[in-house]
Amino acid sequence: MDKQAKVVDEIVIRFSGDSGDGMQLTGTLFSDASALFGNDVSTFPDYPAEIRAPQGTVGGVSGFQVHFGHSEIHTPGDYADVLVAMNPAALKANARWIKNGGTVIFDKDSVTEKTLKKADFTTEDPIKELHLDGHNVIYAPISSLTKEALKDTGMDNKSILRSKNMFALGICFYIFDRPLNFTEAYFEKKFAKKPQVIEANKRVLKEGFNYAANIQALPSYKIEPAEQERGLYRSISGNQATAWGLLAAAEKANLKLFCGSYPITPATEILMYLSQRKDMGAITFQAEDEIAGICTSIGASFAGKFAVTTTSGPGLALKTEAAGLAVITELPLVIVNVQRGGPSTGLPTKTEQADLMQALYARNGESPMPVIAASSPSDCFDWAFEAGRIALEHMTPVILLTDGYIANGTSPMRIKKMADMPTIKTHIAKANDEDYQPYRRIDKELMIREWALPGTEGLEHRIGGLEKLAVSGNVSYIPENHEVMSLERDKKVKQVAVNIPDIKITGDTEGDLLVVGWGSTKGHLEDSVSQMRAEGKKVSFVNFNYINPLPKNTADVFKGFKNIVVAEINLGQFVSYLRMQYPEFKYHQYNKIQGLPFTVDELVAEFNKIMEEN
Amino acid sequence: MTEVANKYVAKDFKSDQEVRWCAGCGDHAILNAVQRAFAELPHKKEDYAVISGIGCSSRFPYYMNTYGFHTIHGRAGAIASGVKTANPNLSVWQITGDGDGLAIGGNHFIHEIRRNVNLNVLLFNNEIYGLTKGQYSPTTKIGTKTKTSPFGTVERSFKVGQLVIGAEGTFFARSLDANIKHITATLIEADKHKGASIVEILQNCVIFADKTHGWITDKEHKEDRQLYLEHGKPMIFGKEKNKGIIMTSQGLAVATIGEDGVKESDILVHDAKKEDPFIHLMLANMVGPDFPVAFGVIRAVEEDAYDEKVAKQVADVQSETEFRSMDDILSSGSTWEV
Repeated sequence: MDKQAKVVDEIVIRFSGDSGDGMQLTGTLFSDASALFGNDVSTFPDYPAEIRAPQGTVGGVSGFQVHFGHSEIHTPGDYADVLVAMNPAALKANARWIKNGGTVIFDKDSVTEKTLKKADFTTEDPIKELHLDGHNVIYAPISSLTKEALKDTGMDNKSILRSKNMFALGICFYIFDRPLNFTEAYFEKKFAKKPQVIEANKRVLKEGFNYAANIQALPSYKIEPAEQERGLYRSISGNQATAWGLLAAAEKANLKLFCGSYPITPATEILMYLSQRKDMGAITFQAEDEIAGICTSIGASFAGKFAVTTTSGPGLALKTEAAGLAVITELPLVIVNVQRGGPSTGLPTKTEQADLMQALYARNGESPMPVIAASSPSDCFDWAFEAGRIALEHMTPVILLTDGYIANGTSPMRIKKMADMPTIKTHIAKANDEDYQPYRRIDKELMIREWALPGTEGLEHRIGGLEKLAVSGNVSYIPENHEVMSLERDKKVKQVAVNIPDIKITGDTEGDLLVVGWGSTKGHLEDSVSQMRAEGKKVSFVNFNYINPLPKNTADVFKGFKNIVVAEINLGQFVSYLRMQYPEFKYHQYNKIQGLPFTVDELVAEFNKIMEEN
Repeated sequence: MTEVANKYVAKDFKSDQEVRWCAGCGDHAILNAVQRAFAELPHKKEDYAVISGIGCSSRFPYYMNTYGFHTIHGRAGAIASGVKTANPNLSVWQITGDGDGLAIGGNHFIHEIRRNVNLNVLLFNNEIYGLTKGQYSPTTKIGTKTKTSPFGTVERSFKVGQLVIGAEGTFFARSLDANIKHITATLIEADKHKGASIVEILQNCVIFADKTHGWITDKEHKEDRQLYLEHGKPMIFGKEKNKGIIMTSQGLAVATIGEDGVKESDILVHDAKKEDPFIHLMLANMVGPDFPVAFGVIRAVEEDAYDEKVAKQVADVQSETEFRSMDDILSSGSTWEV
């Protein structure tokens, strides 16, 4: 590169186009190239529920945001430094997400009477109409130069235009000084049987790169590699990390995994990733419905597998009755709920944290269950592992909450060695144990019953959904026994707290404001708090991953602050739960429910307001 | 499944729990028959898993001294599928009824059949909801007056055999609570079959639908109204053993040997192994007064079982992979060193 690149800390780039334009792939390739280059990366796909939404309309726009930088990146970024818009509709859908003074790369060939009309523009100049003319707008002839680049290939017009996303990617690679070789290698692998497609994609990518180099108007940024803990890294999405974390738990428990599941957005990929792992002995059972998904897993757990079932909110609703069966039979089971916007079908492809109450309480009877939540794409691995540990070591179903934002987003993950991960202890009963009784508690403190697997000689026994007589497990309608068993189940879940670590506070242990979050909002909250701390504010932050039971030191942490604010992507479910658990504190709340993650800006503004008013 | 020489008697399969079905309920006889069959089958006691849903029949596992799981309404098929897929070495028996299996559990019922999971499914058909005290079920005959149909039902009912065959079933048999010996023999056939073996047992609810199968079981006429099918044997029935099923241009018909020139060789010979389900369907659907009701194994077609195919696929992949641990998976593909 013959010009001086401007060195910056971090950049947010948003790719947007029709849902058939390949924006998810373009964004992923950019993100992967950046991660391989050594940047820290966080991504966020934002796409319509329809696979091919009406072409050219604002509703059909698909976006993919990549945030990368040389320091730690916690979020996919609030606003884009660079917006790539492949048509007028994409421009319209994303205009609100461009930073002041940001760069817009716009396919000028996409502006026609028809595309303007479809996106409801009333003038012929979409940039001006959206008041984007103050930005650094690059009118790139993306479609026509793609056609030019491939005119002698003999490919038809439609196939040629399918490569135009690679032209846009080439432009971005130039601007941000990314090497092309990783993406070229991807083409070679992906299209190994179609050399013409490899050649076409490479050529268009290069043309885009050269175009950007040739027009002097472009700014060029250089992002230095991030300072990260030493080790081997990979880029991973939350769903993939969840699948692999569950598999790691199976390995450390010396069990094989079984996943009964039914496809549902945005959780399907977990089932997909698990189905690839027959090499690890994993069995996936794609069931006829959500209920069969959990029921086959309960059957597999009864038979001695590490059983999991994966779903999203509406599916969890369907699994409710069977989840209660797992509670009363005290079988280990992990239920993963990748939350999405609700109620009902709601916003299938958008994120939300509004299933917390469903996870905690939506079962008939007194039916306690541990609930934990993951905070980032890569830490889904650790929390899925932890869900497995709790389920197996405490003989209980466990709900793991992730959401569309971290499930589809990616971040770099430092690869752990299996040898460094803790062994998971199972409680499998021994053959011909004459004292065996299905509901005897082998650990009186933790209230654990044993797991007697069919096929084991001398342990034949019956379990089921009817209330159990303490110890023997026979059916019992004795009034006092029901209370004894309800208390035993309650204690068992409460005692999970014995084996969970104290919650850690980010910042000082005393101050004016404690920001409280849970699950996937961690990155945004952490960034907003560190920004405020840099301004000298007495603000600290705690993020909850253990929801039920809560960490033992929770009240002690809360005590140190004048004000507490609980921020979440719902109308206040965790704050209600905290008010119930720790009514001695006064809580402020900040809620947003737009199918989108928080932005750091809005959080800082809100927290400042709370501090000024209280 | 591991086969072993049998060393049990029926009593070994009785649990210590008091049987709580009504006096005169057909379930007592079925329990007796299942315990006898288990004593004859080549499986170890600890390898049996008896899985039920909810309903009178679903109390069954508590009375069996085996591994047992009394689950939730309608879901026994899904849970049993999970048990069998997780451990194909188990002999898995699903106990269900016309409400549990065909109403609330209808979806799981057709899919366990479609997948051909190697399960033995005992569907107790008494054409009524007994445990909730007498509401009509999906097999209640149209027009029947019940607690929730005081003016008679207007719903058409399922024919279990037709449903099984429609779901691509590989095994369908029918038996009768009054005939313990026949149930026992039929269950042994079901156990031998690889895949979802559906056994419909016509069962009498003395309280809420007494004699719903009365036309079939009537002592005076039962020989003329029950046809016991055996693979490779002619379809002959009747008090005089002179009636049989023949094929005409109009479909099946009942003929009397020696009348209208009908010879014994004109009587159809039962072929349960025929892949084409056409005749099996006609046999399963035979009803009075023009036909006897067919009992025995109506259909038993060989087909690989789902659970075995799953296990084989896992074994095949494992024999070819270089991946031995999650360490190998985690470090596969694109990674970078920091």
